Amino acid sequence: MSTGTTKLDVVVSDVVPVNELVTRFHFRRRDGQLLPTFSGGAHVVVEMRDGERTRLNPYSLMGSPLDTREYTISVRRDDAGRGGSLFMHSTVRPGHEMVISYPVNLFSLDLRARKHLMLAGGIGITPFMAQTAQLAADGGNFELHYTCRTASLGTYADVLKERYDRRVRLYHDDRDERIELDRLLSSQPLGTHLYVCGPSGMIGWVRDRAAALGWPAETVHFEHFAAPQPGAPFEVTLAVSGKAIRVGEQQSLLEAIEAAGVDPPYLCRGGVCGQCETNVIAHDGNFIHNDHWLSEEEHRSCKKIMPCVSRFEGRSLVLER
Amino acid sequence: MAAKSIISRPVYGTLSPQPGKHHLFVADADGALAITDLAAKAPDGFFADAHIIFIPGNEGQHVAALEALKPAQFYQGPSFASALPRLKQTLANAHMGLRPYLAGTEGLIGQAMQAALEAGIDHTSIQTEHRGSLARRVQCVHCKGITESVTTQPATCSHCGLLLLVRDHYSRRLAAFQGVCINAEDRSEIPPAEEIFR
Repeated sequence: MSTGTTKLDVVVSDVVPVNELVTRFHFRRRDGQLLPTFSGGAHVVVEMRDGERTRLNPYSLMGSPLDTREYTISVRRDDAGRGGSLFMHSTVRPGHEMVISYPVNLFSLDLRARKHLMLAGGIGITPFMAQTAQLAADGGNFELHYTCRTASLGTYADVLKERYDRRVRLYHDDRDERIELDRLLSSQPLGTHLYVCGPSGMIGWVRDRAAALGWPAETVHFEHFAAPQPGAPFEVTLAVSGKAIRVGEQQSLLEAIEAAGVDPPYLCRGGVCGQCETNVIAHDGNFIHNDHWLSEEEHRSCKKIMPCVSRFEGRSLVLER
Repeated sequence: MAAKSIISRPVYGTLSPQPGKHHLFVADADGALAITDLAAKAPDGFFADAHIIFIPGNEGQHVAALEALKPAQFYQGPSFASALPRLKQTLANAHMGLRPYLAGTEGLIGQAMQAALEAGIDHTSIQTEHRGSLARRVQCVHCKGITESVTTQPATCSHCGLLLLVRDHYSRRLAAFQGVCINAEDRSEIPPAEEIFR
């Protein structure tokens, strides 16, 4: 069970390769009705039924929030990941029936802002596709700075340039083009809000510089793409439900708990929203915390774990589930 | 120190140096002491990027103490109204990285915050410290007129003359507390006025 996320029965209406790493998937409702309204920055959790296994991965909706006939997501193939993106790329074809969650927005625009300054890195461009469409429809004031490795991997850079022209600035790593971050941040008018989505190194860098240059925390918004990392299998005892489970190498702890028939709440499945926070009753071993929700102090206390992205290695772990 | 009563009643903190490119101080009377207290905790060179707008008031104190901080810009004026065009101009030309600090009477903090909110700054990003008088700016809900420097409960509306109960209900947009007629049923009933907002 996922808090506030009722399921939607959808059919894949189109699959479009975008470049060598990214493929776009279009979903429509199986009953032909409109999909629920969403706002720019929202994501859906896609259920991937792959034989015996079910993976649930979050993806940002990248279509215009003004058009709810279909939802679109863009999936970057991650050859070293747990297989969710590979499943999407290799197995999902038009006509495939799938189940997705209702949209949830943990990266929404603050519409009180006078201006929206957006910084994207790589596949972190996807939430901005929806946000720019939403703002452009209302004559909103925005500026997008998009860093990609090469022009051919600049997913949707051409579309964005075509739509918004000078409001979009591109930076290519292979041409040594870098954002002049301090100058950019210090030249924004009062009332600007900052949004950053991309690799965690980039998010950390932008947040640090913004704080140092006097941007109040409430004007800085960010979304981590913390996909669960694979790791060594481990055993867990679920004390409340009285079950012993094994978390596989390519499985997240949350997925293993769900596979055992226990349904903890969740929203983001990316270590940021806090819904699946779980108390640790006993442990003998080390935690591998990968979330952005718990404080460092909580990580050190070994009393809590975020099962969507974090793992464990050691002899035994007992959770209050 | 103002006590918390209902959720709209503002509560104030203690000024502390924030990271930033520019620091904008607006203060009246004893609010200057909040700035000099902050100066004792501030890193070297902090005031080289600072602009102080100060309304000394009747006592006329603290000007020399603020000038001694050697802010990049210093302005003193006879009233908040006289300082407002300068404050608005400063905010209109400012960039992200400007940090506002407001100190002094509630009326000063409220009106300077009103200007900052209009410039797009979130109220949670603004440092405030209350010093000095608890006199209130009150808006009469009946005629919408604003009466400055109200110290009594109840108080007479300086516009329509109704006798007003001064509530803790506060509007950031208006920078004023709400005043509601205290004897609407029987205007001959006149509760004694007590001086409670000193």
